[in-house]
Amino acid sequence: MSKTTGEYLITREKNIYEVVIGLEIHAQVLSNSKLFSSSPTKFGAEPNTQVSLVDAAFPGMLPVINEYCIKQAVKTGIGLKAKINNKSVFDRKNYFYADLPQGYQISQYKHPIVGEGTVILDMSYGQREIGIERLHLEQDAGKSIHDLDPQSTFVDLNRSGVALMEIVSKPDLRSLDEVNAYIKKLRSIMRYLETCDGNMQEGSLRADVNVSVRKKHTEKLGTRCEIKNVNSIKFMQMAIDYEANRQVDLIEDGKKIDQETRLFDTKKNETRSMRSKEDAHDYRYFPDPDLLPLEIKNDFIEKIKSEIPELPDEKKKRFIDKFNLSPYEANILVSDKETSEYFEKVIKNSDVKLSTNWITGELFALLNENDLGIAQSPISAENLSKLIRGVIVLKTTLMSRNI
Amino acid sequence: MSPSNALKQKLVSQQDRIANSKTNAIIRTRFDKVSSEISDSSNTLSGKTILVKDNIAIKGELLTCASNLLESYKSPYSATVIDRLESQGALITGQTNMDEFAMGSSNETSFFGNVQSPIDKNLVPGGSSGGSASALASNLTPVTIGTDTGGSIRQPASFTGTVGLKPTYGSCSRYGIVAFASSLDQAGPMAKNVKDCALLHEVMSSYDLKDSTSIDFKRNNYSELLTNNIKGKKIGIPKEYRADGMPKEIEDLWIKGIEYIKECGAEVIDISLPHTSYALPAYYIVAPAEASSNLARYDGVKYGFRSEGENLIDMYERTRSEGFGNEVKRRIMIGTYVLSSGYYDAYYLKAQKVRKLIKNDFDEAYKKVDAILTPSTPSSAFKIGEKTNDPVSMYLNDIFTVPVNLAGLPGISIPAGLDNKGYPLGLQIIGKAFDEQNLLNIAYAMEEKINFKNNIKEWWIK
Repeated sequence: MSKTTGEYLITREKNIYEVVIGLEIHAQVLSNSKLFSSSPTKFGAEPNTQVSLVDAAFPGMLPVINEYCIKQAVKTGIGLKAKINNKSVFDRKNYFYADLPQGYQISQYKHPIVGEGTVILDMSYGQREIGIERLHLEQDAGKSIHDLDPQSTFVDLNRSGVALMEIVSKPDLRSLDEVNAYIKKLRSIMRYLETCDGNMQEGSLRADVNVSVRKKHTEKLGTRCEIKNVNSIKFMQMAIDYEANRQVDLIEDGKKIDQETRLFDTKKNETRSMRSKEDAHDYRYFPDPDLLPLEIKNDFIEKIKSEIPELPDEKKKRFIDKFNLSPYEANILVSDKETSEYFEKVIKNSDVKLSTNWITGELFALLNENDLGIAQSPISAENLSKLIRGVIVLKTTLMSRNI
Repeated sequence: MSPSNALKQKLVSQQDRIANSKTNAIIRTRFDKVSSEISDSSNTLSGKTILVKDNIAIKGELLTCASNLLESYKSPYSATVIDRLESQGALITGQTNMDEFAMGSSNETSFFGNVQSPIDKNLVPGGSSGGSASALASNLTPVTIGTDTGGSIRQPASFTGTVGLKPTYGSCSRYGIVAFASSLDQAGPMAKNVKDCALLHEVMSSYDLKDSTSIDFKRNNYSELLTNNIKGKKIGIPKEYRADGMPKEIEDLWIKGIEYIKECGAEVIDISLPHTSYALPAYYIVAPAEASSNLARYDGVKYGFRSEGENLIDMYERTRSEGFGNEVKRRIMIGTYVLSSGYYDAYYLKAQKVRKLIKNDFDEAYKKVDAILTPSTPSSAFKIGEKTNDPVSMYLNDIFTVPVNLAGLPGISIPAGLDNKGYPLGLQIIGKAFDEQNLLNIAYAMEEKINFKNNIKEWWIK
């Protein structure tokens, strides 16, 4: 991989291939209740204890939109510098599965709530602008549990109906590093906005990866394959690596790449075809007649805009301008909200340069060693600030005594 | 005798009549439960007994939609319309038979067997609210509740000489009503006269936050404001409803209806609804499309009937093959087909465009008139079995009623005469959206002029 340009290139004898990646991120909306019902959304509850008659699709039940989830989606859209659509439509995506009680998922197909936007990545080789194609709201399905019984599958509907934002990027990512940076950035933006907790272990951030390859210096995109539900950054990287090489091998052998959905097998470290063309899903999307088109007024959007906190890009700029930090330091300090807040608390009463060094050096090392996040830091910002002041006093004293 | 004792006697007598009736109109009764609900309160419907169609949820009761698939399913909650009726003191004494999942025009697709008309045991009562209509016509109940997706209240009302109102879409909450085609379904009252319909409608109709398609508009005390003074009202007669091959009796009935309108002092105006002939084909795309999706939840996983299988797909196939009847399966297949990729634009999308044109036709017409008068059905009730092997001829029964659902308008069928066999015929009045009051007033005035008598004594039920 070329570190200077960031491209992921695969070389075979005479040919050099460029890898093109797009991501579909499913981010669980931070909200107390589900997208179309009042059931709670708390993670880790006993199976089937957070299920209303709507979530279990009882006869005669109707969905009612949760306004808070709309607000969260709009907020996220603003954070992605994206166009908020005044009118969007909820569609039914029809398919049968045991953990999909309605027999359809309510999603947004042709008219999503959020349109095109941008995410800026700070790479070692400079800034990269990644296009956002759209963001739409949809319901999550329940969970099928296949390994509790040799004969039966168990279904937990706690997750059924929880609001998800599907954020679709343009095929603008060119390397594993960029994929990594993109996910971290998106996660950071949503955590700043408090619209998604970004917790991959709990499944509140899941991704489908679209991968294609093309000969370097060609414009036309290759046929893409979608890799479903790769749920950690590590697996995502392994899956992309495998898939890109598989596609290059096919091309080199003069074979055709089928546009298809593939599954990453974490045990065998390979992707494989999920379904054949014969049983490919026809989702029969159509507008959900139980829900009217969603209309969002401009003053609703403006009000949310006025409530948007300072986001990482702006914060970074301020840190550089105001505190004279290097872009590298600023990046580290703004990457998550808690760190930036901690930093600002510390520097209230102590030297910026010294504080930066202490936080990104000693403190981060200690936290890493003990596997803690900054929110769980046993040293509070106030105490660190005191310590730094003490160090300054000590230094000054020592210097004044010429020791 | 105290009011509650009188009521208890009334209930015993109703229970008796239902037990002795032969029409199969009622699937089950709940006299035990209502006996304990009797009080001396004096609300709008205190002491009034009502039968409701078996696709409307009543807490703790079976809710079968006359389908094998839900044969043993009990609803854990009540529909909003049920809550409203009960809060006004109504006693829901039983649940009526219907076409399976409200799909049918003759009540022959019920898992519990077909319903007979009290007029003639070989005659269908219409459908899909055929049980409600039959029970009403044979005096088993003073009023019933039905649902109407393409004519399922008005057509059986017409076939049985009763009154049936399909309210404006968004007027009565759909919460707790098992969905057939969500954008068309409305519950509504069926009664022996317009006044009872008005009273029931005023209780049922409400703005409901639990139904996102419910509409917040000013609702009247329809029964109190009911008047037979319709002088100066303009009633449209749409030329496109003169269907090819329309029986002369229907044509004559319509002409008679026009005369009644004039006698009431209203003005008759010829109008055109140019896209009428496209309504039925559009309906039979939109309704099955929505149904195919709405009925996906009956998969044997969570509730209702399940037929065990080798694996999940096998279980689905067995459950739905054995659980649904032929008409339901036919519509699921049509609906699945018209939504399939490659066919969506040609069928579903086109049908939605047609729907808009039909709505526009009515909007245009209502610039000139207050309401529209048409026949309710293209014929009187037909014989049991006569159309079961010919779905299209069955579907044609809805030709005058479906445009009203597609446009979301209120419509009422009132009995207006008998054909040469002595079978009732109905006239349909179509109103402006949310203008049930004018609609009911016109029906009320006409009812008085028509002075229709259901000659129940001569009917086979006795």
